[in-house]
Amino acid sequence: MCLAIPMQVIELKGNADDFLDPLVALVNADGIQKEIRLEMADRIPQVGEYVIIHAGFAIHTLTEEEALINLDLMRQMAEGLEKEGRLPGGDS
Amino acid sequence: MKCADEFRSRDITGPLLTEISNRLDRPVRIMEVCGTHTMSIFRHGIRSLLPEDITLLSGPGCPVCVTPASHIDAFIRAAELPRTAVATFGDLIRVPGSKGSLASARTKGAQVEVVYSPMDALQMAMKDKDTTIVFPAIGFETTIPTIAATLLQADRQGVDNFFIISAGKTMPQPLDMLMSDPHLEVDGLLCPGHVSAIIGVNAYRRLAQTHQISCTVAGFEPADILAGLVSLIQQINSGKAEVDNCYTRAVTAEGNLRAQQLIDEVFKPTDSEWRGLGTIMDSGLELREKYSRFDALSQLGIPIEAANEPKGCKCGDILKGHMLPPQCPLYGTRCTPLSPVGPCMVSGEGTCAAYHRYSDQGK
Repeated sequence: MCLAIPMQVIELKGNADDFLDPLVALVNADGIQKEIRLEMADRIPQVGEYVIIHAGFAIHTLTEEEALINLDLMRQMAEGLEKEGRLPGGDS
Repeated sequence: MKCADEFRSRDITGPLLTEISNRLDRPVRIMEVCGTHTMSIFRHGIRSLLPEDITLLSGPGCPVCVTPASHIDAFIRAAELPRTAVATFGDLIRVPGSKGSLASARTKGAQVEVVYSPMDALQMAMKDKDTTIVFPAIGFETTIPTIAATLLQADRQGVDNFFIISAGKTMPQPLDMLMSDPHLEVDGLLCPGHVSAIIGVNAYRRLAQTHQISCTVAGFEPADILAGLVSLIQQINSGKAEVDNCYTRAVTAEGNLRAQQLIDEVFKPTDSEWRGLGTIMDSGLELREKYSRFDALSQLGIPIEAANEPKGCKCGDILKGHMLPPQCPLYGTRCTPLSPVGPCMVSGEGTCAAYHRYSDQGK
């Protein structure tokens, strides 16, 4: 399954002698933290930036501005969906 | 169309739905290619909100669903080898091969472990050097680089008890085949989000041109999907066969070049069998010579033998957009999520499972 929720990088880890080499990011979204590998990120993120994740790997790095717009939007959407009983007219 | 701007509105989905209704001036048939789109469309009740004149068809973008029975049988053979464990993505274990599934093999004593990432499978191998770990490497362009990166790591660490069964597949080739099918009426393609993050918007341009089909890349949230449908309807109305990008926060024109390099370093294209679709030229990936020591089939002597699909199962027609799940004679009777006959009823991303779980046609 693909998740479209960007997670924020709170720490960068790893060194050349470690299994974690080349680099691992500790990421956070709504209190859930996870270690994510960075080999396939289109750009190595800085702490504070956001990444989109697939199967334990970051597949795309976003700037904070892009991510906040998206995170905010998703929260708003989620709130809206809950209030309205999912979506207006939804039967599930 | 600037989807990112429209997303800022608090009531974004309502106006998007109105926009869809207003713009629709004839019946349209749209294929959502990706299994995550299929699931999201059902989970959020989007199908029931759309005008009746929009028909949504599910495409071949569920990796578990398109893995043929012959490959499932090979995964099971690997799990039955002595001192060998199969470490697999969870949604694969209940998929039936010709005789059973990894789950049924496990009840008979085969060692099958569920992992979240191929890197977890490699870590299992590094922790327990007396056990051979085989990872069934299924997936599309999003997952394949994670497998490539894992093998490069195994190579760096000199791990000799970790193998894969290479069963990765690429998306443009089956889409090309489906769009060439004169019996399949589709006006537009809702293109996958994260596959597109890797291969880029440009990967669909030739498809759009060759088949004169409107394409839009979309993310997985309701607003993403509705915005994608608005974009497609606009294109269809104006007779355009272009590739729009409504998932700009993740997808660029060229895609993720580092991930593309990872795939290319470890794998090369090969012909591949798709469940229901048959063998499609250059649609699969095999290990390059340099990494063939990780190939479970040759190194552990596991054969891939032709296998029959489950009798009466219409997953093939469903994956090709020829049939909707309730039209299958097994659907909801012999084939249910608790006792699935075909892969589309097993996977969390399968069309039949989505129909059965969310639709009132579950019987």
